Amino acid sequence: MKKAKMELISIQGRRRLMNTLTQAGAMLTVAFGLFWLCWILLTLLRNGLPGMSLKLFTELTPPPGSPGGIANAIVGTFLIVMLATLIGTPVGILAGTYMAEYGQTGWLAPITGFVNDILLSAPSIVLGLFIYEIYVVLVGHFSGIAGSFALGLLVIPVVVRTTENMLKMVPNRLREAAAALGTPQWKIITMITLRASRAGIITGILLAVARISGETAPLLFTALNNMFWSKLTQPTANLPVMIFDYAMSPYKDWHDLAWAGALLITLGVLGLNILARSIFKQKPLGR
Amino acid sequence: MTTQPKPKIVVRDLDFYYGQTRALKNITMDIPEFHVTAFIGPSGCGKSTLIRTFNKIYKIYPHQRASGQIILDGVDILAEDSDLNRLRARVGMVFQQPTPFPMSIYDNIAFGVKLYEKLDRSGMDERVEWALHKAALWDEVKDVLRRSGYSLSGGQQQRLCIARAIAVKPEVLLLDEPASALDPISTARIENLVIELKKDYTIVIVTHNMQQAARISDYTAYMYLGELIEFAGTELIFTRPSRKETEDYITGKFG
Repeated sequence: MKKAKMELISIQGRRRLMNTLTQAGAMLTVAFGLFWLCWILLTLLRNGLPGMSLKLFTELTPPPGSPGGIANAIVGTFLIVMLATLIGTPVGILAGTYMAEYGQTGWLAPITGFVNDILLSAPSIVLGLFIYEIYVVLVGHFSGIAGSFALGLLVIPVVVRTTENMLKMVPNRLREAAAALGTPQWKIITMITLRASRAGIITGILLAVARISGETAPLLFTALNNMFWSKLTQPTANLPVMIFDYAMSPYKDWHDLAWAGALLITLGVLGLNILARSIFKQKPLGR
Repeated sequence: MTTQPKPKIVVRDLDFYYGQTRALKNITMDIPEFHVTAFIGPSGCGKSTLIRTFNKIYKIYPHQRASGQIILDGVDILAEDSDLNRLRARVGMVFQQPTPFPMSIYDNIAFGVKLYEKLDRSGMDERVEWALHKAALWDEVKDVLRRSGYSLSGGQQQRLCIARAIAVKPEVLLLDEPASALDPISTARIENLVIELKKDYTIVIVTHNMQQAARISDYTAYMYLGELIEFAGTELIFTRPSRKETEDYITGKFG
């Protein structure tokens, strides 16, 4: 009797020890990840903050040695990303809707899903080269539009996946209830299921925007860069390529501008992520 | 049964398949007009499957199919050329879980009406009020019609779903365990509502609850393993069932 009790205590003791160890391990891992993240953020803040000024947002990228800002790069990134989102989002939502709502039978939806996964994990530089081959070469010069096409290709798979997942999370009983009223399928989708998953889909779009805002490789072969204001039909200044160019240069004032640009992108992406999270939290599935 | 009322739905040799699995076996029955017919039986007996054939809601899933005849007012709805959406306008359905649409209380009701009728503003207001009155919900929501349907309690949501089904003015109302997710007070409300509604509608209700079937239905069908074991007047079923299996089930001796 006594022996059994002793054994019980030792089992519980072992469990407690195991629990403590696992917990400590988990916390160490978190700390490990946070450590690098904080280091990066602190470095960005230390190097980027001094460059923050009104001039940054109003003046053009300067030649080395003269004062200036990155206004053209900020506006360029904004326009390219916006156009890319406008290109990628409708395609993504339509494809995702097809996969979730119509693709229950047949081979098209599974194959689309597979191809989409490949696109999702394709190195972004490959997409840049692709647009270079089929668009830039054809037109004969780099342009902001080409950059938007390349980034749009990055938006599509993210939006397809989130749209599909969000629609699949809509309970079937909602579709049944709508169908039971005699609602045609296109109306069930547009009025009921897409509406119910609106918050999730918007979150997906915001995350896609956050993802492409910092992409450099696809823009190197498409939008390139520009020291001046430009239309999207011409090579267009943008933050990632500007950072790439200026950071590689030997000039101190260019380095400062590159740091300031990097800080801006990071804050923008951080803001988008926070916004996306709060939207999704607010209305998960519209329930 | 001395005088059989006019049948609204005539079911003949109905079989139903989930893929290869045969879930209904040779069902033949007449659902009487302007009465409440209850389907009872243990889980998996096919009562929900049966009610889901009356508006062909199973059609939204591939691999589910029915064969035989379901004749609504003389027309076989299982025939390939029958119009699904028109059928569902005539045969409304309310499900086990309340399913408000992601929109306001008002729009939840107006949504179905808009599918079939072009009403002006005041006509729609009237219809919404009428349906909410019918579903005994008007007094509780008349001041919050613009609020989301999700803001209501479970029992209110279910009555909203009933109002939504009534608003399109169907002839038949199918209720698939409409009260099983609700508390006793909401359940009592829904039961009173069902009795109230049978004046104008033919009602078919699936229920797990035998007392509920006894309280509200005029006819009761006992099903087991996909077969219709017995179908007769509710009083008869609960007092003098003719089949041993029915008696075992309603007296709780079953299984």
